[in-house]
Amino acid sequence: MRKRLILIAVTLFGTGLSVGVASAQEGEGSLPHAGADINNTESLQRGARNFMNYCSGCHSLKFVRYNRVAKDLEIPEAELHANLMFTSEKPFDTVNSSMPADAEAWFGKQPPDLSLMARARSVDYIYGFLKGFYVDKARPWGVNNLILPGTSMPAVVSSLQGLQKPVFKNEPDEHGSANMVLVGTEPMTAGAQKPEEYDQFARDIANFLDYAGEPIKTKRESMGIFVILFLLVFFAFAYMLKKEYWKDVH
Amino acid sequence: MAAAPDTADPNKTRRWIDWIDDRFPLTKLWKSQVSEYYAPKNFNFWYYFGSLALFVLVNQLVTGIFLTMHYKPSAAEAFSSIEYIMRDVDGGWLIRYLHSTGASAFFIVVYLHMFRALLYGSHRKPRELLWIFGCLIFLLLMAEAFMGYVLPWGNMSFWGAQVIVSLFGSLPVIGGGLVEWIRGDYVIADATLNRFFALHVAALPLALVFLVIAHLMALHEVGSNNPDGIDIKKHKDASGHYLDGIPFHPYYTVKDLVGVAGFLLIFCAVIFFAPTFGGLFLEGPNFEPANPLQTPPHIAPVWYFTPFYAMLRAVPSFAGTQVWGVLVMGAAIVVLFFVPWLDRSPVLSIRYRGPLYKIALAIFSVSFIILGVCGLKPPAGIYPQLAKICTALYFAFFLLMPWYTKIDRVKPVPERVTGHA
Repeated sequence: MRKRLILIAVTLFGTGLSVGVASAQEGEGSLPHAGADINNTESLQRGARNFMNYCSGCHSLKFVRYNRVAKDLEIPEAELHANLMFTSEKPFDTVNSSMPADAEAWFGKQPPDLSLMARARSVDYIYGFLKGFYVDKARPWGVNNLILPGTSMPAVVSSLQGLQKPVFKNEPDEHGSANMVLVGTEPMTAGAQKPEEYDQFARDIANFLDYAGEPIKTKRESMGIFVILFLLVFFAFAYMLKKEYWKDVH
Repeated sequence: MAAAPDTADPNKTRRWIDWIDDRFPLTKLWKSQVSEYYAPKNFNFWYYFGSLALFVLVNQLVTGIFLTMHYKPSAAEAFSSIEYIMRDVDGGWLIRYLHSTGASAFFIVVYLHMFRALLYGSHRKPRELLWIFGCLIFLLLMAEAFMGYVLPWGNMSFWGAQVIVSLFGSLPVIGGGLVEWIRGDYVIADATLNRFFALHVAALPLALVFLVIAHLMALHEVGSNNPDGIDIKKHKDASGHYLDGIPFHPYYTVKDLVGVAGFLLIFCAVIFFAPTFGGLFLEGPNFEPANPLQTPPHIAPVWYFTPFYAMLRAVPSFAGTQVWGVLVMGAAIVVLFFVPWLDRSPVLSIRYRGPLYKIALAIFSVSFIILGVCGLKPPAGIYPQLAKICTALYFAFFLLMPWYTKIDRVKPVPERVTGHA
């Protein structure tokens, strides 16, 4: 009876929680898989370099300090000054953008701070967004995005990726009328990078932003292993202590 | 080593504990409440959740105090101060995750603790007041959690507050004024955040702690129930101790230590490996700062409120007002207070109850979980209909209780408790 009740409770709670998690993550099914690995320091270093060169002109990381990035990503201070710090002066500064306050007049929207973008959306979202630009003459900058339709951002990555054109498929609606649905993109013009190189470029940036969203993440996970090991030992001792005390309860 | 006791002077204090006991009933309290408080010896798995709730409460109080040292309760600085805690404060990330995960853990252990009472009839005479204190704790806990969720001032904090506070606006006559009074402004704003902070860190925790003390005092006055739902006070040995009771200390202190260790294993696994728990404990949109001009794609409260949120949405507006949903949601909590009197079974424990109660409790539990899922989902497809059915089942469990518990077949109850874990 007791075992059965416990089993039922655990099953119910487990089902509830997993359905909950699944629904909380809903809508991410259509995103491409970035395959980023936050433990890959080289990828993070490349991502930091890419970010500072291609993104930080417009996007700040207002919660991220240069010296923290240098320390966590094992970047020597000389390298930091030479290759990463374009928009700020001191290593303990946070990553600011060069955007003036009236950038809203240029783009219709202030380019958002990206400190927490990977946490608010996901790594796959950033990866998909960077790969998702396609030509759309109806938009102010001549491009639209698969992941964020109607984005205000110009395709600054087109020099690397080349331009993409949209691919539509006819999925007739219930009345049988033609209904063109955007299903993806295909290359239109070549960029400076091969498709695999560009994928890696986007993956590294997404990975770096994952790091920027929670700099403690890798340390947290490695600490966690020791915490769990300690608790297993603690549990074993607590259990034996209980057994010892309860020997005389009949 | 100390010198031998000075027996020549009986008024001279010999041990420091005597000095205290002459002035404060420390040993007396320890004995009456802990080392000589006799608890039934047959507590099972379900009896861990009371001590775990206390453990999580202490975790929330301690981590909360440290968060308060770095958090800024202002609309302009709140969001940044949380990121400051996460990045620049030594160990700040751990304290914050202990607190945010602790909130969800609190509801998990409290829900299981309440379910235990329904399993074994722990709310029945003479424990009605104990149960009522517990319901009050649950009610305050919901207020505490809601206000705590607003403090990070993320976009879900803001819109969650917007939705929940405006519920009061549906009340007739006083609604509009009441909402304004709660917010302290015409919109959710700095004033709202500031007062929620005051309530979250001072008023509600104080009230919670007092109620927890009252809950424990009531428990120790009447004695704990047990999985057999029988009174252990009937059978005493020659020295006047209950035959089926054992002193809380050391037996249950060491047993609850095992519970704490087991709990910490799961709790720390979440903190260190999945602190957002896939967007369920910390929601994605709350990593974007509050933005009154941009609604998140889908506003849902944190998982522990979703069963009640689903009930709110399940009730359609009628006679031009949405107030019915709000009243139903309120009634879902209020009805809990009456359970001790709704249950008319001659036995307490599910072990000796008949099939009706078992089926009713099973349907109730499944409905509650389905409601929780419905509350997380956008109100589309099958979910609104499902939420309506489950809301009806939720209330049916309570409102039909006087009848099905009365006519239910029951088994004979043993004189003495059966076995121990």
